Amino acid sequence: MTDVFRDRIDIALTVNGEPVEARVPAGQHLVDFLRGELGLTGAHASCEHGVCGACTVRVDGQAVRGCLMLAVQADRTEVWTVEGLSDSAAIRDLQDAFVARNALQCGFCTPGMLVSAQELLEADGVPSREEIREHLSGNYCRCTGYEAIVDAVETVARARAGKGAA
Amino acid sequence: MKASAGGYARAADVRHALDLLSASGGMGRILAGGQSLVAAMNMRLSEGDMLIDISRIAALAGVEEQGDRLRIGALTRHAAIGRDPLVRRHAPLLADAVAHIAHSAIRNRGTIGGALAHADPAAEFPACVLALDATMHLESLEGSRDVAADDFFQDVFETAIAEGEILTAVSMPRALPGERQVIREVARRSGDYALAGICLVRRGDTHRVSAFSVGPRPMLAPGAMAALDAGDIDAAVEALQGEIDPASDTQASADYRGHLAGVLLRRAVAGLQGEAE
Repeated sequence: MTDVFRDRIDIALTVNGEPVEARVPAGQHLVDFLRGELGLTGAHASCEHGVCGACTVRVDGQAVRGCLMLAVQADRTEVWTVEGLSDSAAIRDLQDAFVARNALQCGFCTPGMLVSAQELLEADGVPSREEIREHLSGNYCRCTGYEAIVDAVETVARARAGKGAA
Repeated sequence: MKASAGGYARAADVRHALDLLSASGGMGRILAGGQSLVAAMNMRLSEGDMLIDISRIAALAGVEEQGDRLRIGALTRHAAIGRDPLVRRHAPLLADAVAHIAHSAIRNRGTIGGALAHADPAAEFPACVLALDATMHLESLEGSRDVAADDFFQDVFETAIAEGEILTAVSMPRALPGERQVIREVARRSGDYALAGICLVRRGDTHRVSAFSVGPRPMLAPGAMAALDAGDIDAAVEALQGEIDPASDTQASADYRGHLAGVLLRRAVAGLQGEAE
């Protein structure tokens, strides 16, 4: 009866708008699948227990931890990584603001920061600095001290709100 | 580290999940949102599990009113509970607790059933359902069974869920007019597990108090509840500190956790009145 459990499973999903089919090991993390099988190395595997946020990607429109979701669970979902969000220009303003405010040094946390911040920026209203800090509390940065990151996100939140009103 | 899994199967419905559990030879492990289980697998606290993925069983997600009770499906995600109008109205303690649970990306995936079945003594939802006098709904191939929250949490990561059973829902009495529900906790950083936490529910003239991260399981504090019913806050703090069983670790000493529990109970009582804390 235990043959109903598989150690390799076929999955079909879309990644950055492209259809992908693969056979994945049962225990493989989504982030390792994206990095190792698809070569999408923007999301980083770091703490591997959900604390640091460096592996954050979007699944069906929501930010998730790539190390706390198995690749097999991404079957029939729509996944976006920082590569896709960059290519589609969806976060161009956010990336420009990060550069302008020096919101990164080594850049290791930046893909996760961008994906998390984008989720907040898509919600209604202009978030306060406190709300930005709270939303990014699950993304660790060991270089910047966060102030410049909060500046960058706040700048984009105000700019997008201004555009929406115009 | 990388997760270690023995195998994987996706359940189409509850019956299928129960059949898979039965076929797993005791190695079956229910996978829902995975926000605790996958982390445990990554740390190799759990190895070789036969994963039974229930996360596509739509019937297990959602919130509904059932007479004078509110029923929350096991697969309802934390983020959904945080914004659900029925939860806000009838069990606001759960909605308020969501902001304390980890971070946005984890709340997008984690489920209430997973949190309750995992029974982390430092987690918010187990203490909430204890304070709300909730009932756990379990299913097995033999049928269904209800367990009161008071009897559900047994030890660190141990619950009343028996071999072959799945937690399918939790239900609780809807809040009465004028009822107050308050959660207070202290954590070193936003989203960390609490060093100590308190849930307080005042329904009419009676109180229910539960404490988390101060013992091997979320703990009801009957002595503190009786003292609050009598209007004696000092006695309630003293009783509470006798009823909890905090441990020392790298985060906090047992004494400090006990002290925090008392401070948090006073803050929670002030929160009942909407007073400045």
